[in-house]
Amino acid sequence: MDKKLEPIVKAVQDKFSATYEEFRDEVHLFLKPEQIIEALFLLRDEYNFELLSALTATDYWPQTTPRFHVIYQLTSLEKNLSVQIRVPVNGDSPKVPTATGVYGVANWRERELLDMFGIEVEGHPDPRRILMPEDHEGHPLRKDYPLGYEEPQFTFNFDEIDLRKPYAKE
Amino acid sequence: MGVEQKLGNMGVVTTTLEGMVNWSRTNAMWPMLFGLACCAIEMMSAQASDYDMSRFGMELMRASPRQSDLMIVAGRVSKKMGPVLRRLYDQMPEPKWVIAMGDCASCGGVFNNYAIYQGVDEVVPVDVYVAGCPPRPEALIHGVMTVYEKVKGESFKQYAEKYK
Amino acid sequence: MSQIEEVSIEKFKHLVSERALTGETMLLNMGPQHPSTHGVLRLLLELDGEIIVNCIPDIGYLHTGIEKNMEAKTYQKAEVMTDRLDYMNTMGNNLAYVIAVEKLVDLDVPARAQGLRVILTELQRIASHLVWLGTSGLDLAAMSMFLYCFREREQILDIFELVSGQRMMTTYFRPGGVWRDVPVEFEKAVRDFIKIFPKRIDEYEALLTKNPLFVDRMVNIGYLSKEVALQYGVTGPSLRASGVDWDLRKVRPYSGYEQYDFNVPTRTEGDTYARYLVRIDELRESLKIVEQALNKLPLGPVRSGNRKFVTPPRSEIGVSMESLIHHFKLWTEGFPAPKASIYSAVESPRGELGLMLEGDGGPKPFRVHLRTPSFDNLAVLSQIVKGCLVADLVAILASIDIVLGDIDR
Repeated sequence: MDKKLEPIVKAVQDKFSATYEEFRDEVHLFLKPEQIIEALFLLRDEYNFELLSALTATDYWPQTTPRFHVIYQLTSLEKNLSVQIRVPVNGDSPKVPTATGVYGVANWRERELLDMFGIEVEGHPDPRRILMPEDHEGHPLRKDYPLGYEEPQFTFNFDEIDLRKPYAKE
Repeated sequence: MGVEQKLGNMGVVTTTLEGMVNWSRTNAMWPMLFGLACCAIEMMSAQASDYDMSRFGMELMRASPRQSDLMIVAGRVSKKMGPVLRRLYDQMPEPKWVIAMGDCASCGGVFNNYAIYQGVDEVVPVDVYVAGCPPRPEALIHGVMTVYEKVKGESFKQYAEKYK
Repeated sequence: MSQIEEVSIEKFKHLVSERALTGETMLLNMGPQHPSTHGVLRLLLELDGEIIVNCIPDIGYLHTGIEKNMEAKTYQKAEVMTDRLDYMNTMGNNLAYVIAVEKLVDLDVPARAQGLRVILTELQRIASHLVWLGTSGLDLAAMSMFLYCFREREQILDIFELVSGQRMMTTYFRPGGVWRDVPVEFEKAVRDFIKIFPKRIDEYEALLTKNPLFVDRMVNIGYLSKEVALQYGVTGPSLRASGVDWDLRKVRPYSGYEQYDFNVPTRTEGDTYARYLVRIDELRESLKIVEQALNKLPLGPVRSGNRKFVTPPRSEIGVSMESLIHHFKLWTEGFPAPKASIYSAVESPRGELGLMLEGDGGPKPFRVHLRTPSFDNLAVLSQIVKGCLVADLVAILASIDIVLGDIDR
């Protein structure tokens, strides 16, 4: 861990009783969904982590508690540090409070969370789908959503796939 | 399509007139700007210096579908873009031709998944498929030449049967 | 395929001002197919005459499902998909992915491979800025810029074809180094390019920088302040034109960038003209880096010797049984990665391109997230176009330099 990062991690650990892990010089902090907004405000205002580099999630199906880890990657330009915060969320009705009050970029990033994972974001000003069409059902990046691939057409099954394929008419 | 349809219906053989009409169609075919993804950059390269497409009559690319007769679908077509593509194809006046440029437009390419149409011929009928990821500008020009060959071989009877 | 839906104003009630509901302002659709939106981007504009009151971008028309598709392929085969993300910066995407994989499995890279990576990435940065310059000129009706820039770009694409066989989607960088060594004509081709390019940049500047028509359309348009830029996660030349000196090649050097001596151009005005000047200066700096890297290029192997992750050379397969087994296992199954996650970022021509890679002990990545710069750069658009004319919107969109493949992934 970077020397400058140690007091910051200790402060967050003391205030929120968080755990952390280290891997290849990176620090991952684990927080609860209720604590996340306060932690983001603390890191942004007191320790100058001005940039929210990434906001995404990972699905650990078939494990349901917790099923998702919502990941916030923060960068400090002034001190040249970065830290990752992970928020484990349960599988049935996953909810996270919105971070649009802290960082403006979270607006679109949380819409992507909603679209791709189905994680509800409380208090979001504009909860619409962003990448998939509006009437699409299902959340593509979950592990139980199929990839949806089509069988390749070789010479031995050329004709049978040709009959099945929905070609366009004039 | 009135004159051609009437001539085709009458059963009169009109080779010189057909030849002239087809010649004039090939020498000034205007493509519609439909660059979606990476293949669009190779289409722009084919239009720019080094591989000039204006030598073949495609001086300008019209953005409006009402003023173009060739649609080059360059790039991958996602499920959200499909209805838009079909609507633009319907807005083009006859006669019109479609080139599916690149692997993603021909057959889905590298992306065999939920989000991409496996071949743009599920949305619009295609005349020529150009392979490559992305195809070289010379390959695109060869595809355009193939469309020209197809146009030169057309006859009025085909139009009569198409719009009976 | 879903039908075209009729959009009524009810859906956007929370995003437009009240004047739209009474009909005083007009909602205009700059549709997915448009010559000036660089790709398939749909913009909903709320207009009061010619002045823009609100702008709502609608993305997702190029969504390819790359993140989910990469989970179904091994680490080597998934690299092919990273090329097609930001298709102007193909070598840079490969570099971001390869550095992330090497960080995850802790793989070493020889010095010659690092030098080659730097040369090709900087050439790719020049090519990307050239396309930006050409298409911006085309949007602002300076059509000859388009033809000049593509002439230079053809020369760079010839170098890429010399090295890897493909003009654009090369997949030349592999985990552990590069695919194979460069042929003997590579050095001469790059030196020829270095010789002619500075005069060409002077030509472009003579055409555009002091041109009163161009300057009138760019100065004081689309002002982006430092605080708004940081709030919205803007990185890259747009952030540097607003006064923040943050370039990942300088502050967190990767792939040997610390050995090269170059400046990071920064401006404080924050308008469209400043972003234009920053990118023109970056062209010159990139050329300096290419020259230094080419002079310092050492001899040696181009791929790591760690046979657990890199396939052995073909000459060895005929004589050694272990090499044959390793080759077989690596190509049919792939190499395993530890059960952990990392985040690594590089500087692409558009900003910070980050990759969050998580392994699960198997040969396929468990989760790949691509933090693409154009996504955040576009989110700030609705803040900076309020009060501009529609013609200014075209100039601002051109100066932010977005690529739709990056946004929709």
